[in-house]
Amino acid sequence: MQIKLNGQWVQLEQGTNIAQIVEQRGLHPHGVVVEVNLNIKRREEWDQTILQENDEVEILTFVGGG
Amino acid sequence: MEHNDAKTAIKAEDWFELGGHKLTNRLFLGTGKFPNKQVIPKVIAAAQNQVITVALRRIDLSATDENVLNYIPKTNILLPNTSGARTAQEAVRIARIAREAGCGNWVKIEVISDNKYLLPDNYETIKATEILAKEGFVVLPYMSPDLMAAKAMVEAGAAAVMPLGSPIGTNRGIKTKELIRILIDEIPLPIIVDAGIGKPSEAAEAMEMGAAAVLVNTAIATAQDPVGMAEAFYLAVKAGRQAYLSGTAATWEFAQASSPLTGFLSEV
Repeated sequence: MQIKLNGQWVQLEQGTNIAQIVEQRGLHPHGVVVEVNLNIKRREEWDQTILQENDEVEILTFVGGG
Repeated sequence: MEHNDAKTAIKAEDWFELGGHKLTNRLFLGTGKFPNKQVIPKVIAAAQNQVITVALRRIDLSATDENVLNYIPKTNILLPNTSGARTAQEAVRIARIAREAGCGNWVKIEVISDNKYLLPDNYETIKATEILAKEGFVVLPYMSPDLMAAKAMVEAGAAAVMPLGSPIGTNRGIKTKELIRILIDEIPLPIIVDAGIGKPSEAAEAMEMGAAAVLVNTAIATAQDPVGMAEAFYLAVKAGRQAYLSGTAATWEFAQASSPLTGFLSEV
């Protein structure tokens, strides 16, 4: 199935959850926040949140700024 | 306070409370525009700042770019900004995301839809302040120094007010001096001058006026020696604050002789 991840369409296996998508991309969860369809998904929800076709996922983190 | 010994006067506890924290260092540091991340911990060591700003962005999925948090000591208070937000709603969204990262509940509201001067939208900032203060954030709104807007931010529950000295990144100094002076006199919250401070002397100038703190980013990050410049700013903020506490002398229109009149020289 396809989802939009940080603005880009990507292919994902059916049944992938947030924890998996973060891990698959080699991301460390520290300081990382995930939104699905504009809803913030808390860390505790990552395992249970299964992504659906056409979901828009944002993986956000802190960067340098003034 | 005794001022006989300058060293003890500076070391004597001068602090202000913000968001439940006791701040003894009045220099807040920004983390944008540094040549690399490795220099950031050295800059923090030189600036001795307790508060540090960061921005929130999409994680770079293609790069193995290390998280900026890895370069900031855990003892620093993180102040995420809502840069990118053009409306109150966008600022609120960013703030909630930032808080979810689990690094605290402080937020610098930055709502800008002017791309030329990056001047903040006071009206949207007031709206965001009200929403986020109600949700328990420690809100520090970045604003254009206007007394009525600052009063509204106080009413809305801001923890401090952050007026700009001159536009972001311009290093033009405290061009808004007279308006900031009014805020310092009239607003019962810490006034933290943010944006446009280009030199340590300008940071000292803000502190001499009675600002509670200053936020500096570009002037340090883009200096030839950011670490050296961070130390210079650290000293300037201390000097400016010390001057304020010591009561700066009055200014006069005409000369006021410093030495007594001579009596022994004959008149011609």
